[in-house]
Amino acid sequence: MTTEHQSFYETPAPAGLTGIKAWLLTHDHKRLGLMYLWAVFFWLILALFLGLALRTELMSIGETIMSAEVYNATFTLHGVIMIFLFVIPAIPAIFGNFFLPIQIGADDVFFPRLNLFSWYLFMIGGFFAVIALFAGDGFPDTGWTFYVPFSVSTESNVSLTVTAAFILGMSSMLTGLNFVTTVHRMRVKGMGWMQIPLFTWSLYATAWVQILATPVVSITFVLIILERFLNIGLFDPDKGGDPLLYQHLFWMYSHPAVYIMILPGMGVISEIIPVFSRKAIFGYKGIVVSSMAIAIAGSLVWAHHMYTSGMSDVSVFVFSLLTFLVAIPTAVKVFSWISTMYKGSILMTPPLLLSLVFIYLFTVGGLTGLVLGAAGPDIHVHDTQFVVSHFHFTMFGGTGFAFFAALHFWWPKMFGIMYNFKRAYIGIILATIGFIFHYIPMFILGMQGMPRRYYDYLPQFETGNFLAGFGGYLVVAGVMMMFINLFLSFREKVEAAADPWGGTTLEWSIPSPPPVHNFIDEPVVKDYPYDFSEVIMRSKKEK
Amino acid sequence: MDPVKGIDLAFWYILGISVILLFGITIVMIVFAIKYRRSKHPDPVDIRDNLNLEVVWTVIPTIIALTMFWVGWKSYIGLRDIPEDAIEIEVGGQMYSWIFIYPNDKETENELVVPFGKAIKLNIESWDVLHSFYIPSYRVKVDAVRGMKTYAWFNADRIGEFDILCTEYCGVDHAYMLAKLRIIPETEYLEWLEQEE
Repeated sequence: MTTEHQSFYETPAPAGLTGIKAWLLTHDHKRLGLMYLWAVFFWLILALFLGLALRTELMSIGETIMSAEVYNATFTLHGVIMIFLFVIPAIPAIFGNFFLPIQIGADDVFFPRLNLFSWYLFMIGGFFAVIALFAGDGFPDTGWTFYVPFSVSTESNVSLTVTAAFILGMSSMLTGLNFVTTVHRMRVKGMGWMQIPLFTWSLYATAWVQILATPVVSITFVLIILERFLNIGLFDPDKGGDPLLYQHLFWMYSHPAVYIMILPGMGVISEIIPVFSRKAIFGYKGIVVSSMAIAIAGSLVWAHHMYTSGMSDVSVFVFSLLTFLVAIPTAVKVFSWISTMYKGSILMTPPLLLSLVFIYLFTVGGLTGLVLGAAGPDIHVHDTQFVVSHFHFTMFGGTGFAFFAALHFWWPKMFGIMYNFKRAYIGIILATIGFIFHYIPMFILGMQGMPRRYYDYLPQFETGNFLAGFGGYLVVAGVMMMFINLFLSFREKVEAAADPWGGTTLEWSIPSPPPVHNFIDEPVVKDYPYDFSEVIMRSKKEK
Repeated sequence: MDPVKGIDLAFWYILGISVILLFGITIVMIVFAIKYRRSKHPDPVDIRDNLNLEVVWTVIPTIIALTMFWVGWKSYIGLRDIPEDAIEIEVGGQMYSWIFIYPNDKETENELVVPFGKAIKLNIESWDVLHSFYIPSYRVKVDAVRGMKTYAWFNADRIGEFDILCTEYCGVDHAYMLAKLRIIPETEYLEWLEQEE
């Protein structure tokens, strides 16, 4: 690519828009991806500090920095923001929007206007969540799960918050719809299903779950509001309702949602490891099948959140069995990533290091999930700190670190600039060590019997909580260091090449940052998306 | 088998295999990252898949997972099958305390007293929002739901005091919804049961 082309920053789409309008009214999937990026950054950093405040409160017995009321609202807010405004949207909305069309050789998503609308829904949903903080009787103190009857009887502002979650669900569902349609309709000529890059595959699998599962939680949230205002008696036992019905409906979405959260992260890792091993991903088909298997089987395990709820023993048997089966495709992915490195030519970079840390942390999260999937052992640690630690290993150590890896991997492509490696490494190592210090004590606390959502605790839990709090500061410092380093790259302006890493997927064949229609020449589709022979030849010539 | 032992055994069985797997995965990952680093190993080998290997690493984990499921399920059954001679005590959860009602209608708040050497069945119900009755020492936990009876049982085989906690978030004083389980010799228990408050 020797000829000069203007990047999408210089060319508004639709044409003629200027200034802020070029962003706020854009149809360009790349601009929308970046608009999500800034919004998500805001929410992530806010919720990160809320989490740190919670752990600071727990560092000593009794009131440390906040009252019980504030603590309960804070953990609810931390959960709601992290789940609905960071973990679910982060990778699909930012990197999916930006790279899915490029990876399949398209110039945009199938419904560009709907894409803009989804962004507005996302912002409105976030806005409602903020309003709920200050309006009425304050932010809900129910936890992000909004369990009835408590969520129906509490006086805090539950209705507005579930409205926010409802709107965010719409945004997520429409993005999913857009992605499925785009993958079916917009692939460049010559790209069959087995030539689609794995990141796009993972988004495709995720999008189906978004489309099929989100309506369930949306309806459930509407029912909560109806219950609060009209007392229809669906969930309230005093009116003949059933609190377990709510739990089933809630987890019928919220468990598949954990796969909405992790599958795109797995897709990111499946892109990064081959590039820096300069070697084909091991078992491409196996990874594709496992993505779809996770999406399908993951939709059938929701009641493993409910072993202690009083549901029948038969249900416990069935859901426990299915839960163990969903572990298999996940294991297949981990084995495939590791095998990809075998006899590769591995170059250590920040995105690769983050991917390796991802594998480690996510494996811990997955394996402790087995303890929780087993009926008997789960009874002991259910709703304790053990669970909190487990899902932070998967959601933060997994999706969070995959998000960091994606940022470091695609940053040069999105902005055309490279960041400082040394500072990135320091940030990553600090965050990893902090992470382990933060969450391992929580496993032990859970095994000792400390419940979750606890403002205060018995004396035997003090050491563990102090250590966890200490680790919390390290992990936040590490994450902030990574982000500051990325922001500093805007000032340092070290130009990045079109293909700084030696990638094989289509986004690396176009300039950094990409031009408005992505491709200048007709994209060339490889028979096998991870064929590194050209990359290897090119690097030999350079020598 | 004693339910506590059954659960601990299942717990350590699963955790033990997990630690071995984690250790293996991590070591292999680090070894590969060092051994095949680009400066020492500039020419990658083109390997795309290996059906036999993939079948092996699908089938073996499936078998391991199924054994884990079975061990976990067996230990769960231990918590559900109640000995016939169990003493039944009614438990009510409310914001924010536990009420215990004994066979002779004696009531206590936040103190569960039971005789040593007996199996105890607890019939649990909530009087308002969801709670969850948890005795960590006996690995017992079950939600308290309004309008629905749930149960748990344990074998009072140790004399002493044990913590009872609420593990389903129930409001502002959730963390203070604590009670004590006191296991005392049977003669003392019978005496205690007849005492007026």
